[in-house]
This record gives sequence, structure tokens and C-alpha cells, in this order.
Amino acid sequence: MKELICIVCPKGCRLQVDEENGYAVTGNGCARGAAYGKAELTNPTRVVTSTVAVAGGVHPRCPVKTDRAIPKALMARAVACLDGLKLQAPVALGQVVVEDVCGTGARFVATRNLPRG
Amino acid sequence: MYDVAIIGCGVVGAAAAQYLARRRLRLCVLEAENDVADGTTKANSAILHAGYDPAPGTLMARLNVRGAALARELCAVLDVPRKETGSLVLAFAPEEVPHVEELYRRGLANGVEGLRILSGEEVAALEPNLAPVQAALLAPSAAIVNPWEYALALAENAVENGAELQLNCPVTGAQPLDGGGWRLHTARGEVDARFVVNAAGVAAQRVHEMAAPANFRTVPCRGEYYLLDKSAGGTVQHVIFQCPSKEGKGVLVAPTVHGNLIVGPNAEDADSTANTAQGLAQVAEKARRSVPGLDLSASIRNFAGVRANTDRGDFVIQWAAPGFLDLAGMQSPGLTAAPAVAEYAAGLLEEAGLVLAEKPAETLAVPRKKIRFRELSRSEQAALIARQPAYGRVICRCETITEGEILAACREPIPPCSIDGVKRRAGAGMGRCQGGFCSPRVLEILSRELGRSPLDIPQDKAGSFILTGRTKQAPAKGGEAQ
Amino acid sequence: MSCAVNSGMYDVIVIGGGPAGLAAALAAREAGAQRVLILERDGELGGILNQCIHNGFGLHYFKEELTGPEYAGRFIARLAGTGIEVRLNTMVLDITRDRQVCAVSRQYGCQMLQSRAIVLAMGCRERTRGAIGIPGTRPAGIFTAGTAQRYVNMEGYMVGRRVLILGSGDIGLIMARRMTLEGAKVLACIEVMPYSGGLNRNIVQCLQDFDIPLYLSHTIVDIRGERRVEKAVVARVDEHRRPIPGTEIGFDCDTILLSVGLIPENELTRTAGIPLDGRTKGAYVYENMETRAPGIFACGNVVHVHDLVDYVTAESQRAGAAAARFAAGARAEGPALTVENGAGVSYTVPQAIRPAAAGKGVDIFFRVRAVYSGDLRIVAESGGAPLAAFRREHLAPGEMEHITLPKALLDKAAGSITMRIEEVHS
Repeated sequence: MKELICIVCPKGCRLQVDEENGYAVTGNGCARGAAYGKAELTNPTRVVTSTVAVAGGVHPRCPVKTDRAIPKALMARAVACLDGLKLQAPVALGQVVVEDVCGTGARFVATRNLPRG
Repeated sequence: MYDVAIIGCGVVGAAAAQYLARRRLRLCVLEAENDVADGTTKANSAILHAGYDPAPGTLMARLNVRGAALARELCAVLDVPRKETGSLVLAFAPEEVPHVEELYRRGLANGVEGLRILSGEEVAALEPNLAPVQAALLAPSAAIVNPWEYALALAENAVENGAELQLNCPVTGAQPLDGGGWRLHTARGEVDARFVVNAAGVAAQRVHEMAAPANFRTVPCRGEYYLLDKSAGGTVQHVIFQCPSKEGKGVLVAPTVHGNLIVGPNAEDADSTANTAQGLAQVAEKARRSVPGLDLSASIRNFAGVRANTDRGDFVIQWAAPGFLDLAGMQSPGLTAAPAVAEYAAGLLEEAGLVLAEKPAETLAVPRKKIRFRELSRSEQAALIARQPAYGRVICRCETITEGEILAACREPIPPCSIDGVKRRAGAGMGRCQGGFCSPRVLEILSRELGRSPLDIPQDKAGSFILTGRTKQAPAKGGEAQ
Repeated sequence: MSCAVNSGMYDVIVIGGGPAGLAAALAAREAGAQRVLILERDGELGGILNQCIHNGFGLHYFKEELTGPEYAGRFIARLAGTGIEVRLNTMVLDITRDRQVCAVSRQYGCQMLQSRAIVLAMGCRERTRGAIGIPGTRPAGIFTAGTAQRYVNMEGYMVGRRVLILGSGDIGLIMARRMTLEGAKVLACIEVMPYSGGLNRNIVQCLQDFDIPLYLSHTIVDIRGERRVEKAVVARVDEHRRPIPGTEIGFDCDTILLSVGLIPENELTRTAGIPLDGRTKGAYVYENMETRAPGIFACGNVVHVHDLVDYVTAESQRAGAAAARFAAGARAEGPALTVENGAGVSYTVPQAIRPAAAGKGVDIFFRVRAVYSGDLRIVAESGGAPLAAFRREHLAPGEMEHITLPKALLDKAAGSITMRIEEVHS
């Protein structure tokens, strides 16, 4: 039995997820909570946000995110693959910075336009 | 061989340097820290005392009253913020009234002008936010000042007139030279001087001991403070004292020249500038005796300073050894007395054989003049920005300090090397957000002006680093990057 | 040369180009204002969102999860072709009640601008160490979370290696994750209250994901280190938030991040003599976000601190549209009802409602004083009689709440409306 705080809504239900019984969820106030509880134990995923160095821009860093959620366990490795990269300004919103992050198929994309400085 | 080496560039060292630099002398000032005015001078009540407090006949009494008069002139010439608010010493209970009367008599004996004893009603009319009092001593000549800018202006004037300032230069030892004079060992090499002036503040006993066995004992005494937002700056119009006790002049409540309210200090034997919960609680409790409705939720900063008290009860101005002059024990009213201490010290040096010939007036530095953007009229501001656009970029939003003022500070005779150095010169970061907004921007300007990496810009003293590295510096792993 | 009135008459001048200012300016233009000007002190629009690179913005407004720069970017993109003027790097020095604005910038010099209506959208600032009085030394390495966020996200610098976070506000939690992913060790998050000030989502994804402990009912009682932070001493607090001797824990850290609250930035408002509400620390506003100075409106975090930008946008759109109507000569008039705090409610926005100007109804935003759960009612009453009750199962000070009072109910109220929280016991 694993305890979780549900983050689907502000109520913050305290969920109990039974790993040995098909990830049955109790303590949830709604169906979305049950789905969250199960996913959080079977395949927790997160969208990862970070920055990447930029040369010649209005700022020396450009914010990026993974364009879809990736397995939670890969967060640190995903961020590490941005180390040492350097984009050249201008950077466009949505521009792909890293393809196929850690073999997940997700891509790091720029989350803003960064004009030349 | 210098004629005079001054150890320490707080307000006393700076005043001595300013006085002596106007004479035909080879003069150096050795400061242990990376900036001037970075010890007790920057952490005190910021008051130019009228002079009714010290016992008549003491050095303190004489140099306080003379120092206050000199400070008036110096602040005018050097463009240092000073405001003659006057002060009140409150007698809450009938048994405190004789104390106020005693201060009045001392003041008369010390030559303080304009003293009056006010009735409770008169005090209430002057200061409606005070608790009811029996009587109070009004000293109209008491003033508030920006203490670090005062010391900085004195030091800059000294440098402009030829004094050589060595920062990051702690003195580690001294030995008398054959034929007179001293050799000082410092972190930056040896310095020879005919005369040494020990203005090392809380460290003055240690410096004295480099030349001779101690004949006074320093008893560092911490005082803690609150600094309140400008919204509370109008709580009182005068410097409000309570009747002095064995713990010093007691907790005061006063406006500052920046428009804030300062509340403190307590007094505790400690050689530390850390704040303590007990100390702050004590200050709060005592201050509320004077101002019952004091709103300490308007606090923007706490700080603590260390007074260089000694076992003498008076300033310690003496020859530690031939040619080695102590200006020690500069507890309150040391800030006020500083220029008079300098004048007095110069007299002692002259008696000991130093020739004090004045430099020709036309060779001396011109009066200092600072641009303070927020104090200008709208049309002056417009004209200034048209001439120098950097004054159109506001860096510190709380205090309305512009890039122009920060650049000007960087080009002064003693430029800043830290974020707090900029704060002390230009005022950026002094306000209610305490640099939260402007410090990244100040860091960027300072880094550019000094030609140093932002990683090497300290908050204040050497070693107070702000940034620990850059993000995203590790090399990319092969294959994952595009 | 003097600061002459230049640039002619504006319909609406918006002070601040963050999310509130952007939404207000766009709404003012859409509502018919011809000349709209945004004055922004920074070098670009978007305000604090530019440094909030994490996601979670826009779930209500755009029905999708965006990062801060993306959320701001959508509004910035909407400016194109609207004719809304923008002056960047421009600091407003003061405003007057007759709607004159004095601003300075390198590019435009000293500007005296006149407008028919003004929208205040200056946002908020962070509470500092000085405001909460943490004892100890005063070394480098103590940052407000937002300042650290700027250094890390915008400028690419790390502010420390071993980090302690004081306060569980959202920015502090977000920075815990950010610093961890950049290689720092975040030792703990310390919260003086018995509950977190941040969203559950951030507790889970920023602390629990990285095994960062959260110490509730604890605070920092001492900071050590002369030049840079070397240690922080943390202690448990009693129900009056006083440290309990003997419960001290030492943390060897070089950095302390403060996430201990936000304060609306109302210096311009105050110097213009516009009345402020001591509860929100923002201007006292009517149903259309008009302050007590006619023609001067306010929206976003300068009025009250929001936890979701989506609500800032909605509020600012109302303010912008109302400012446009004012500029066109329409006046919101009629007698006003005041909105008062009842049991459990710490503030409301708006603080007053003019039913005649309220349209179909009014959203009342508020915060509660404590954490409540169970069968709860938000009760709005007038003259001792309930107007309406709204069911909730969970209320917390960290989460802004709102209810909608339709016009028909407003017309039943007299003098004032009191908002209170009721716990229904079965």
C-alpha cells in the first residue's frame, strides 16, 4: 500500500494505492483521482523544463520544455543532455533544441522567442 | 617613507586622512577590508550628537561639541546628507526629570547652544506619536547624517588631495625603526612611516599591542537595530532618546536622512554583528516606551554594530609609543567627534615634530557634488537625461536610483567593488525590497565597469560571494544533442 | 528643457507590461479605446512570467498547460496589429489623481503623459529577511526565491550548492526543483505554519519527487557565517509561532532562499493618495476594478496576490474594458455595498459593489484564514440574512477562492455584504 497526495485539484485527497491489487485506489474523491493514483505508481511522467545557453541573444539563456511528459525517472538525465549546448540567436518559440530526449521520443523545444541582443 | 600611516579607514581614520591630506605630507591609509567605512561606521545610530551627554571636562565632551560644529561645515562642503532635526531626551516619570535637568546643566557646561527643557504638553505638541512624558530636553543642534557617506566623502577628499589608500591591507605587525618611525607589516608588504595613527576601531587595542603592551582594554559592545520602511519615516520628527542608563544612551527612535525610521540600539558585551532574537525583542520593547504605536511590521532590515567601548570611559587618544598615536575607544559620540579627533590628533603630531604646512588652496580638491536624481525637479531630471541618458534608466525602483548614479559611483576616487559598495555610494538596494529587484542589475553594471566576471563580484566584504557558477556548463553527451 | 506634456491625450495608459498589464491593454483596445499605451520598466514585456520557465500556467484560461514564457508570449503576440503603443525600459515616477503620468527612460527621456483612464498593473514584490526578522549574521547567500530564479533562469548563474528554503510558497517550491535539477543539493523546505503555503501539485512535484523534506511548524532561528552563509539553525514552533527551545536542527548550507510572501507594489498608488486596503495591501476597488480615484483602475497582483495567472488575466480584462468605457465617458455610478470579512475570511476583492454597475453579477474573490475541510459553506449575507451559500469540501489560505453573486441577489442586499465560512456538522 502506497500513500499519495492527489494533485488533480486543490482538495489534495490522500490516496492509498494498493500495488498488489491491480493498483486499486482508495481515499480518492473522484474518478480522476483514481486514474492519477494508478498512473503515479505504474508510469509516473513529468514535463521537464529547463534552459539552454544562447549566444548573441537578449538573454544568455533560453527556456525549453519537453514537448510531452517523459518518465519521471529520466528527469535528471533529460536535463543533463542540455549541458554544453549553445544555440545561436534568434531562437523561435517551438524551435526544436534536442530531438528524442533520452530515447523517449520527446523533444526539447524553446518556449519563447529570443531575439538577437 | 611616509610621513604618516593611518591604520583603519572608518570615520575616524577618514577624518584624520582628510585633515592631514590638506597638508604637505606623504600620507597613506591602510584599510583591512575591501572598502572604507565597512565596520562600526556603517552600523550605528547615524546621529550627530549635540554634546550634552558627556561629562564636562572629558575629551568626549570637548571633541563632541567641536566635532558637531566641524561636521556641519564638512557635510556642507562635501555634499553629505545631514539634517538638523534636533533631539529630545524624554523623562517618562517624575524621578527621571532630575536626569534631564542634569543633562541640561552638562550641555551648558559643554557649550551646547539652544538647549531647553520642555513640558509634557510642549513635547506632545511637537511629537504626537510619543508616550506621555513629564518633561524632555530639547537640543536643537542634534542632527542626523548618512554615516558611511560621510566617511566615504572624507576618504575621497583625502585621496583627491594625495593620500594613498590601500584596501585589503590588514596590518599584522609593527616594529620601530632606528632613527625614529615605524615599519608596518601588512598583507601587501612593508610600509615605513615616521608616524603611525591607530584608527583601527574595535581592533585598536590589537594594533596598539603591536607597538606597546596594552594599557586599555577594549570591551566590544553590540547594539542591534531595526530599520523601518519610509512609510514609517514620519513617525517622529526629532531624534528621540530615553534617559541614559548604565546600558548607554538607551534605545532611540529617529528619522534617517533617507526618510526611514531607525530604532535601536540595545547594549550587550559581544564582539559580533549578528542579530539575536532576544536583542531585537529588547529593542522593540524599549522603543515602545517612547512610541507606543511603533509598527515594527514595517521593518525592512535588522542590523547590529559593535561599539569600540573600553575600560577607560573616555576616548583613548594617547601615544602608544613614540611616533605611534592611538585614536581608540571611539564609542559614541565617536561619529560626531571624528573631525575634532582628527584636528586634536594633528595637534599632537605637530607637537611631536610633524610639520603641518598647508597645501596651496588652489591645488586642493574642489567641493564634492553628487547628483541625486530623485531630489531633482522634473525639469532638472529632464535636462539631465537629455545630456546623459543613463540617468533615464532607473535601476533601484524602491529608491529611484538610476544607472547614471551607479556609473558615477564607479568613477569616484574610491570606486566600489561590491554590491553593498554601490549601495553605500549610490543608495541602490537601500529600500524596502533590499536589493531583491536591483541587485542582479547592479551586479551586471559593476561587472562591466570593473571588467570582472559576475562570479567575482562580492555582496560586501571579500569572500561574500553571490554566485557559485554557471548553469549548463558540463559538456554535452554525444548523440543526444542536435 | 522641461517635462512638458507630450504625445497628446491617451485613452488608457497601463502601468506595467506583465500578465495583468497585457490583458488589460488588450481588453481596453477591444472595448473601443483608441490610444492605449503600456509603460514597462523592463526591456521586454511579460513581467515575472519570463523567469517562470516551469509549466502549469493557463489550465483555466487556455485549457492547456503552458510555461510562463509561453503564457506571456500568447498575449504579446496578440498585440501585433492592435495599435497598442509600448514603451519599454520606462519607469513611472508618479501619477496624479487627474491621470497624469510622469515616466522616465533612456530613449524617451522625461515624459509627462496625460490619459483619460489609467490601469495600475505593477504587480508585487517579495517579502525579505528584514520584514520577518530572522536573527543571525548577515552574510551573502540569502536570496528571495524570485531573485534566485532570475539569476538561474534568465542569467544562467547558480546561486548556491547546498540550499535551505524558508517558506513553502510556490516560488520557493519551484526553485527547490530547479536548483536540484541544476545540480545543487536542496536540504529541506522550512514552513512556519502547520500547512504549506504552496499548491499540492508543487509539494508533490517539486519536493516529494526529489525527496526534499518539508518541515511544517518550523522556522529558522539563527543564520551563521560571516561572509557567506555557513549554517542555518531550524527549530520547531509552538501554536503562537514561537520557537521551542531544545528542538533545534542545524543545516550546513551555503544558501537560503526565502519564499515568505508577496506584497503588492503600491508606492505609485500611495503617493497618488489612492486609498489602500490594509488587508490586501492593494487599492480598495469596486466591482469593475476601479479604485476610489475615478478613472484609475487596478488589476492583478498589485490589487491582491493571486496564485494562478489565469485569474489575473480575467480580472485584468475586466479592468481594461472598464477603463475603456470610462475613457469613452461612461461612468459606473450608484450607491455602493461594502463587502466585509466575516468568520474565517481574511479579505475580499472587490471591497465594494455598485449594483447598478454590476451587469449580470459580480465575482467576489477572497482568501480564508485557516485550512478547512469537510462539509463547508461560503455564506454571503446582508443585514443578518443569508443571500446565498456555496458548498465546498476544502478551503485553504494558500488558495484564492471565488463565488459569483448574480445581480438579483445584489439587489436584495442593503448597506453591506458579509462573507463568512461555515462548517456544517452532521
